[in-house]
Amino acid sequence: MYKAKIWVTLRQGILDPAGQAVQKGLHSQGFVGVRDVRMGKFMELVLDVTSEREAAGLVRETCERLLVNPVMEDYTFTLEAHV
Amino acid sequence: MRFGVVVFPGSNCDIDCYHAAKAILGQPTDYVWHETSDLSSYDCIVLPGGFSYGDYLRPGAIARFAPAMQAVAEAAGRGQLVLGICNGFQILLEAGLLPGAMRRNDHLQFRCETRHLRLENNTTPFTHLGERGQILRLPIAHADGNYYIDELGLAELKRNNQIVLRYCDAEGQPTASANPNGALENIAGIVNRRGNVFGLMPHPERALEKITGGTDGQLVWTSILKWWEGNHA
Repeated sequence: MYKAKIWVTLRQGILDPAGQAVQKGLHSQGFVGVRDVRMGKFMELVLDVTSEREAAGLVRETCERLLVNPVMEDYTFTLEAHV
Repeated sequence: MRFGVVVFPGSNCDIDCYHAAKAILGQPTDYVWHETSDLSSYDCIVLPGGFSYGDYLRPGAIARFAPAMQAVAEAAGRGQLVLGICNGFQILLEAGLLPGAMRRNDHLQFRCETRHLRLENNTTPFTHLGERGQILRLPIAHADGNYYIDELGLAELKRNNQIVLRYCDAEGQPTASANPNGALENIAGIVNRRGNVFGLMPHPERALEKITGGTDGQLVWTSILKWWEGNHA
């Protein structure tokens, strides 16, 4: 089994209003060195597969079919063995 | 003319759409559960507003895999009319039956208010009774109406005259301050290239009778019926 950790964010260049609101909040707390905040989604999937290659294929398939909207979102993921 | 209103778990404008087709237009209308896989008997299929599947993941992202959506895609391919309002519009985008995507409103707030809209295209089955440039007042109620499409897609929409409604001020100008959600170029409603699939964020089904605040929504519903009658007389 493998555990996939998936991060989904708005594509670069697409305005992220939630990220901007959080950045403003941080600035108002004095954290003026925070230059940019991007909000997104974090998902963990436990995959019943036997190889990392299979796991990566499955993650890409689930992302492209449902978990990510390619019109406006990007994703990255990591894989680790899961017992 | 036969209307089918698709009901998803979490739809909440289905009754208003049913009322529009059944009581206002006086046409045979059914509620259609989202597990239905055959919609071939309907001349117009309505995807109502609401929060299908709780908007989990993204608005419309899960609803697009309902059996009824496969049937909607087939119906659209056959030329049947498909009207997606608010969440219905979001579902059509997620399903790829209309181009683009919906982002969270740029100010992050849910907006429930009446807005001015400019009719940009009066050549569709859904708007042919209107005048180009006509200003409508329709209610909006959404948190995710911030329409996005990339530059190539936008050029394509314009080339094919697919932009149907824009948010505007009382004078009909699509200004930034008249834009309630940050939508690209104030876009509030679009059609597919063929013109038989229409998605819009405003709610024409909530503006049909004076007692509920206006009748401008009749333009959409009456256009649909007259268009169909013109093709089936």
